[in-house]
Amino acid sequence: MLQLFKFKGGVKPATNKVQSVTLPIATAPLPSRLAVPLHQSIGGTPRPIVEVGDKVLKGQKIGEADGWISAAVHAPTSGTVIEVGLYPAAHPSGLTAATVVIEPDGEDRWIDRQPVDYASLEPEAVRELLREAGVVGLGGAVFPTHGKLTASKTVPMEEMVINGAECEPYITCDDLLMRERAEEVVRGAGVFRDLLRPKKVLIGIEDNKPEAAAAMTAAIKALGEAFKEFEVVVVPTRYPAGGAKQLIRVLTGKEVPASKRSTDLGVQCFNVATAYTAWRALAHGEPVISRLVTITGNVGEPRNWEVLIGTPMDELLRIGQPKPDTDGIIMGGPMMGFLVPDTKAPVVKATNCLIAHSPTLFPPKPPEMPCIRCGECARACPHELQPFEMYWFSRAKNFGKTQEYAIFDCIECGCCSFVCPSRIPLVQYFRFAKSEIWARERESQAAEGAKNRFEFKQLREEREKAEKAEKLAKAAAAQAAKKAAEALAAANAPETTVAEPAPDAPSAADAAKRATIEAAMERAKAQRAAAQPKNVDHLPPAVEQEIAEIDARQNQAVMANAAPDGEKNS
Amino acid sequence: MISALAIMALGAIILGAALGFASIKFKVHGNPLVEKIEGLLPQTQCGQCGFPGCHPYAEAIAKGEADINLCPPGGEEGVRKLADLLGREVKALNAEEKPKQVAVIDENTCIGCTLCIQACPVDAIVGAAKQLHIIIAQQCTGCELCLPPCPVECIAMVTIPETVDNWKWKYPVTEIRKAA
Repeated sequence: MLQLFKFKGGVKPATNKVQSVTLPIATAPLPSRLAVPLHQSIGGTPRPIVEVGDKVLKGQKIGEADGWISAAVHAPTSGTVIEVGLYPAAHPSGLTAATVVIEPDGEDRWIDRQPVDYASLEPEAVRELLREAGVVGLGGAVFPTHGKLTASKTVPMEEMVINGAECEPYITCDDLLMRERAEEVVRGAGVFRDLLRPKKVLIGIEDNKPEAAAAMTAAIKALGEAFKEFEVVVVPTRYPAGGAKQLIRVLTGKEVPASKRSTDLGVQCFNVATAYTAWRALAHGEPVISRLVTITGNVGEPRNWEVLIGTPMDELLRIGQPKPDTDGIIMGGPMMGFLVPDTKAPVVKATNCLIAHSPTLFPPKPPEMPCIRCGECARACPHELQPFEMYWFSRAKNFGKTQEYAIFDCIECGCCSFVCPSRIPLVQYFRFAKSEIWARERESQAAEGAKNRFEFKQLREEREKAEKAEKLAKAAAAQAAKKAAEALAAANAPETTVAEPAPDAPSAADAAKRATIEAAMERAKAQRAAAQPKNVDHLPPAVEQEIAEIDARQNQAVMANAAPDGEKNS
Repeated sequence: MISALAIMALGAIILGAALGFASIKFKVHGNPLVEKIEGLLPQTQCGQCGFPGCHPYAEAIAKGEADINLCPPGGEEGVRKLADLLGREVKALNAEEKPKQVAVIDENTCIGCTLCIQACPVDAIVGAAKQLHIIIAQQCTGCELCLPPCPVECIAMVTIPETVDNWKWKYPVTEIRKAA
């Protein structure tokens, strides 16, 4: 038996999981339309590669991954693209985001699915396949999975953690997935194992899911020798045991510091649903176009559904038969989820649960009271932070101080708000402070860039000015030198002496200059005389008169210029 | 008596030499205060303060020649930060605070005269003579310096819209209840 470790803090809220585990997974009916947001993972926003009016097939790629940390998105069913544009997003802001809206044709016709034997491929090719299939972390953070499948070069891979803890109340989609599709989850974890080559694979499941743990153990046993380093570990139920850092701590005793990634300690963590989608992508050629969603809360029939990505939330909630006093939808669990501002928003890869909200199920919080400095929040914090200190400084908008208290280590699990006797919405303060700090960071980076470009522009203008002046000076010097040489040659030719440029050289140069000017004027005069006016045979008298006038003016000007030193000409 | 004087003199010479050496070795180049002030300015280089760029304004503030409330892009918060740094009184901004904007060129009207390119202090406009000019929105500081030189008035200032990427969590509002 593996020795388990503990993480500090944590809470034990009512799990409310039993409601939704009584019925098996069912496939949700095809919705009237599917709105697939392009940006469904951390990293670059995929570029749309379909246009309005295009016919798409189920599983056809509609968004091309942009950059390495990004993942492609696919059409969840066959149909017609009716819109590529802004659509309400599954986001606490209620703002819109770039989305491809598809009207299903009802045929649900697949693309030509190509199963691959990943063992025969290079690891790099497998990672590329996962990126193209849109496989991302389905635990909620939606980090592109292929980006986590490269082992650290310096640290040997010790353990791989497969996260089936599912600690958040109400949510049961991972539980049902492990109960019903354990073999495919284990096989998917096997893919990750083959890419990372860890010594042990630990599947962490909370002890309130004995059926899931039994199913996973049976699946590992059934798969035999090839999966001998796999072990199902039942961990005590305590929120947030399913946080990646907490589960790693419980299973391996390793504490991942803020400045490091878990791979630097030889550990990597994946969600069970991620492993499942990775296996479907490789062994069946099916990209991520659906996921399990728990529909629970104030509904008549709480259950887990296999839901197409892009299904509008309000339409989906209807199949759970919400009770009449339902007044909103929470996406995610009651601890970390948020009330969806616009229920037209679609289900995305991060949507693990929809909870029908009602005032009786979630009574409005009594108003916030002053902090009494009891320290309960610090005792509950699983990251050993001091939420009350961060609260003071967030509230006072003293963001520098919140960073000194490591606000960015906060995982927003909500334990502090849960235990606060004064009912202070601590996490809201921390989210506010974090987004202000990010905005400031963006601004200061922009300012830094603007300053650099401004300084470079000034430098460039100076340089251009200097270069121009230098060029002019050089040209003038070259001209003068040439003239001087010519004059010298002219002066020296009769005497055939190779005298040094004596002190009278300047005057010689002057003479030469004057001589050349005169010669040039002579040439110009000769040219003018030589140039025969054309088309002057049959001119009307008026024009002839005009010409005569111009000639007279020119002659006058020449006379006037010849008399003085010719300053006007230069 | 002599030896005491000699010791004191020697001490004075050694310490003096050490101080002299330190003053050369650890000389601070430039005014560090100017750099700190400049760090707080938004670097739009817009000249709305009356100085040709953020650095000259920072210098003027450091010398005490300019007030701290002359920078509209920095806003009230900028004034507050400057006041904190310099230990001065917070003053109201001497202009209206505007939301952050970027310039946008109307592609149908632009004649490709390059005047705006020359006016842009941060090289955020791309184009060539008789070619359409484009403003790189990410690099535009919203300084409005490109507006006056444009002979066809094809540049407009557009407020940056709120998107999922730049959206911020709001300050939690505390309900005020009547005491029972």
